[in-house]
Amino acid sequence: MRKRLHKWRLISIFAILALALSGCGEPFLSTLTPAGEVAKKQYDLMILSTVIMVLVIIVVTVIFIYVIARFRRTKKNENSIPRQVEGNHKLEIIWTVIPILLLLVLAVPTVSYTFQLADVSPMKQKDKDGKTKDALVVNVRANLYWWEFEYPDLGIITSQDLFVPTDKKVYFNVKSSDVKHSFWIPAVGGKTDTNPEGENQFWLEFDSKGSEKVQNQFYGKCAELCGPSHAYMDFKVQTLSQDDFNQWTQDMKNLKKPAAVGDLAKEGEEIYNKSCIGCHANTANDARPEKARTAPNLANFGDRTRIAGILEHNEENLRKWLQDPEKVKPGNLMTGKYQKLDDHELDALTAYLMGLKLEQ
Amino acid sequence: MSTYAHKKGFGATIWDYLTTVDHKKIGILYLMAGGFFFLVGGLEALFIRVQLAVPNNDFVSAGLYNEILTMHGTTMIFLAAMPLIFAFMNAAVPLQIGARDVAFPFLNSLGFWLFFFGGVFLNCSWFLGGAPDAGWTSYASLTMEAHTHGVDFYILGLQISGIGTLIGGINFLVTIVNMRAPGMTYMRMPLFTWSSFVTSALILFAFPALTVGLFLLMFDRLFGANFFDVAAGGNTIIWEHLFWIFGHPEVYILILPAFGIFSEIFATFSRKRLFGYSSMVFATVLIGFLGFMVWAHHMFTVGMGPIANAIFAVATMAIAVPTGIKIFNWLFTMWGGNIKFTTPMLYAVAFIPSFVAGGVTGIMNAVAAADYQYHDSYFVVAHFHYVIVGGVVLALLAGTHYYWPKMFGTLLNETLGKITFWLFLIGFHLTFFIQHFLGLMGMPRRVFTYLPNQGWETGNLISSIGAFFMGIAVIILLINVVMTQVKNVRVGNDPWGDGRSLEWAIPSPPPFYNFKQLPLVRGLDPFWIEKMEGKTEMTPAEPLGDIHMPNPSFLPVTISFGLFVAAFGALYHVDGKDWALPVLFVGMGITLISMLLRSVKDDHGFHIHKEDFENEDKGGRA
Amino acid sequence: MASVQEKFTEMTWPSSPEKATLEAKNKFLGFWFFLGGETVLFGSLFATYLALKDKVPDSSHPLAKDLYSMDLTFAATMLLLTSSLTSVYAMYHMKNFNFQRMQAWLLITVLLGAAFLGLEIYEFNHYVHEGHKFTSSAFGSAFYSLVGFHGGHVAFGLLWILSLMVRNAKRGLDLYNAPKFYVASLYWHFIDVVWVFIFTVVYLMGMVG
Repeated sequence: MRKRLHKWRLISIFAILALALSGCGEPFLSTLTPAGEVAKKQYDLMILSTVIMVLVIIVVTVIFIYVIARFRRTKKNENSIPRQVEGNHKLEIIWTVIPILLLLVLAVPTVSYTFQLADVSPMKQKDKDGKTKDALVVNVRANLYWWEFEYPDLGIITSQDLFVPTDKKVYFNVKSSDVKHSFWIPAVGGKTDTNPEGENQFWLEFDSKGSEKVQNQFYGKCAELCGPSHAYMDFKVQTLSQDDFNQWTQDMKNLKKPAAVGDLAKEGEEIYNKSCIGCHANTANDARPEKARTAPNLANFGDRTRIAGILEHNEENLRKWLQDPEKVKPGNLMTGKYQKLDDHELDALTAYLMGLKLEQ
Repeated sequence: MSTYAHKKGFGATIWDYLTTVDHKKIGILYLMAGGFFFLVGGLEALFIRVQLAVPNNDFVSAGLYNEILTMHGTTMIFLAAMPLIFAFMNAAVPLQIGARDVAFPFLNSLGFWLFFFGGVFLNCSWFLGGAPDAGWTSYASLTMEAHTHGVDFYILGLQISGIGTLIGGINFLVTIVNMRAPGMTYMRMPLFTWSSFVTSALILFAFPALTVGLFLLMFDRLFGANFFDVAAGGNTIIWEHLFWIFGHPEVYILILPAFGIFSEIFATFSRKRLFGYSSMVFATVLIGFLGFMVWAHHMFTVGMGPIANAIFAVATMAIAVPTGIKIFNWLFTMWGGNIKFTTPMLYAVAFIPSFVAGGVTGIMNAVAAADYQYHDSYFVVAHFHYVIVGGVVLALLAGTHYYWPKMFGTLLNETLGKITFWLFLIGFHLTFFIQHFLGLMGMPRRVFTYLPNQGWETGNLISSIGAFFMGIAVIILLINVVMTQVKNVRVGNDPWGDGRSLEWAIPSPPPFYNFKQLPLVRGLDPFWIEKMEGKTEMTPAEPLGDIHMPNPSFLPVTISFGLFVAAFGALYHVDGKDWALPVLFVGMGITLISMLLRSVKDDHGFHIHKEDFENEDKGGRA
Repeated sequence: MASVQEKFTEMTWPSSPEKATLEAKNKFLGFWFFLGGETVLFGSLFATYLALKDKVPDSSHPLAKDLYSMDLTFAATMLLLTSSLTSVYAMYHMKNFNFQRMQAWLLITVLLGAAFLGLEIYEFNHYVHEGHKFTSSAFGSAFYSLVGFHGGHVAFGLLWILSLMVRNAKRGLDLYNAPKFYVASLYWHFIDVVWVFIFTVVYLMGMVG
């Protein structure tokens, strides 16, 4: 018995140690540091269910420990035959009814919250021009290892970095253009699958206090196995105050044909126009239909926080990506779509792309 | 009398096992094949944990990782857990109900060989261009994108082994309904038999959904159909529904026999009747029934709408009630008992906290609105490993130790058994407990690696260390098996001393006809009743007479082998290979001719005559 | 319990020969369970069909209401329903130990079943010419899978009954083959019941629109 306790202690020490080391996870990524109404509701449900479940565990553990400590076979009672009890109706009713009651306590908020989180009625109210009346709507399109965010009422398209105002419900239409993915911003709310058929709708709210703590940036993930680079299908959420967001949308709309600055960048522009423009757009108001938009929009590429969604945003990494995308993101669809670039061409294209910024 | 039983020598033994229709030998075949695939799946698990031990690891590539994770899940569920459960069902159920064999001995053998060749076919993919890589769930949109034959191996391999499982399920249903010994009423059946019965019913009603799902995938991938091609009007959600209509009952198919094995062990080693037997039976049936009503809780984030989500959430919670009943009944079986901590009992005892942990996270997952956070994260990975490893695998290890003497006539070494147990248990909790938190910290499942600085490094490292504990535990178990069989110390009828059901009233291993005379069953725990009256054997229910036994047959092997060959033809037919179509036809030909042979050649079996028993009593087993 | 190899006369023939031995009882029960599994199989196919009905890539593809015709399917239905009835007659004679008549009625059953299959092949051929193919749309895939699976069952049933008739032509009835005839006829009834559902769900509901 002592040996057993010893080992159990070892496990718990490990577990507690691990928890202490990692705390509740990183605030920009953890469901345990909710930074929005949806995540908070879900966090409340987690706590409620955990409390109920811990109650159950305590009851079981107490009986369990008592039983295995008290009724062990020893030398003294080696040959004794215990009474062959058939059962006990009272006890059996107790452990049928109490769990039912506990589950009812859990079921009521479950049903209520499930309906609340599915309430997307504001996004259905359209005005004369077909624009949404009082809600911000974002169309999320998942593609093999990159994300497109379209603001249909504002006429803006971005990729990889999602910009949202804080303290306001944002409504999402999500779908996929190839295989099934799943759209997840853990710190802000649960995921919704992006299916190849039909759109799913849901909402999230990004609270300003939580955003401050993470320097206005949350991590987003793809949560459904979608191929080799599923693990790399990250995106970032940039949260802005309502005023900043309005400013940003204005800037994006005004962003016309980007002008390349410097010779190198001009050279890069030529390469871009020759090799990249077939898939990538460099303005935020890409008018091509969805099917033609087969690669991430690069309008504000220079302002991005990551190369290819995962690498730190610097010229070296951009070169690495342009040189051999397969090495960075296995299975991506850019590999082989353009001719091999030599060192000089890489420099030129890098210079051009890095110059694609809002504030020029 | 059969001649094969008397032959000796390696070749003869092999031939004996290839042609056997004896449920006990088929049980051993299932144990060996299932054990082998368990090792393969375990190795794949270790590769996964090595790859994830540190961020940005390149132990395996992204594509290979997806193959490993797919094969780990598929192998463990279909090729390890299921057959190992069938191993114990074969080894114990006919004995527990006092039958001389199963209802369909030939089909029993066919079921095994179909599973076996299906499993081998699936694993051939490793050597033929790459294993399936779309996860064990193989969601349709991803499988349609797959450009290698991996997914086709998955489809055809599972189709073949699935038919085998279905046959096995029907066989046990009929066996339990029709072949019970005199006096063995339904409410006197041991709980393992009951759970096998319910599991078989679940197999019968769940597997056809998978069969259809696999057919649709096969038609799409190999024959140009459009079920899942959205552009042609198809819909990939159909696959998700079909898969989970099968997939959720599948979880109960695995766990119910585990409950059954533990019920036997708790009663035996507490030296006490199972507490609340009737409510245990009721709970088993209810779990089986509810198991069909909850499949969509795997699909809360698919976008089914709040009404469907709420209904399936509440239905799922309901399953906790019968499961809770079982937990408390086990605890109260031990209460007031005289508990001996043998290796099987240690597993049983450890199962309770482990499974309760898995069960409560199951309830947490049922809370639909919160599941949007858990779904497809490591929290779910932790949850189902707590249920499947903490429930099913612990039961299989417990069952291995518990039924080993009945299957092989030797007792596994208890010291090594306990070392295995502790290493496995510690490793298990070390590996999976921390994964709950990784999931909550935002780690999605099925990622081949992760970037640093996301707060996941420590958790993953601990998890990987734990996996190796389990690996070492399994190696020690293997050493134990080899040592025990080499020493070959034979044991008697009731090696645990506290056996309660019929299987412990006959020799270990039992003669091939099991019962010379069918036993008379006078209540629950029939052998215990006799023992309490000072007897050492069951009271016979019939006079000594001729026993009718089935003939051995090689046809199950050829039928299954034919399908195995045909599957290669079907698979390479898409590539336009010239030899593919002939191979398909040759394979189907082998199968159909074997089936025809079976149909037109009458097989009346043979009789063991009374007189043989009299000779046998003088010396040697038959 | 009677032995399987025993020779019987009309007088000694048991009243339920399909359940007279343990093997027969097992076969009887096992087959019912098998049909339970088949029900789920067809249930899944029906669900798939309903989900994909009229789901086509574009308007050039025919829909259910453009395709189905009452005359043909009604004739097919009558053929199959009648064959179910004739197999009942066959089993009636089996129970009365009248082997020749059983064989005769089974032959009629097989002929009716073959006629049904013939109509179905004609029907499929007709649809293919109208552009409704297995590979042309999700609707086509689902239609041919459901109806084709049923057709495959009919074909298998025909072969099964035929081979039973041929194999036992010389030796007549005994307790070894009586349950085989019986479960084959059960199978035939099952196929018939599935067809009734196909007729309703696919054809009648399809014609309504």
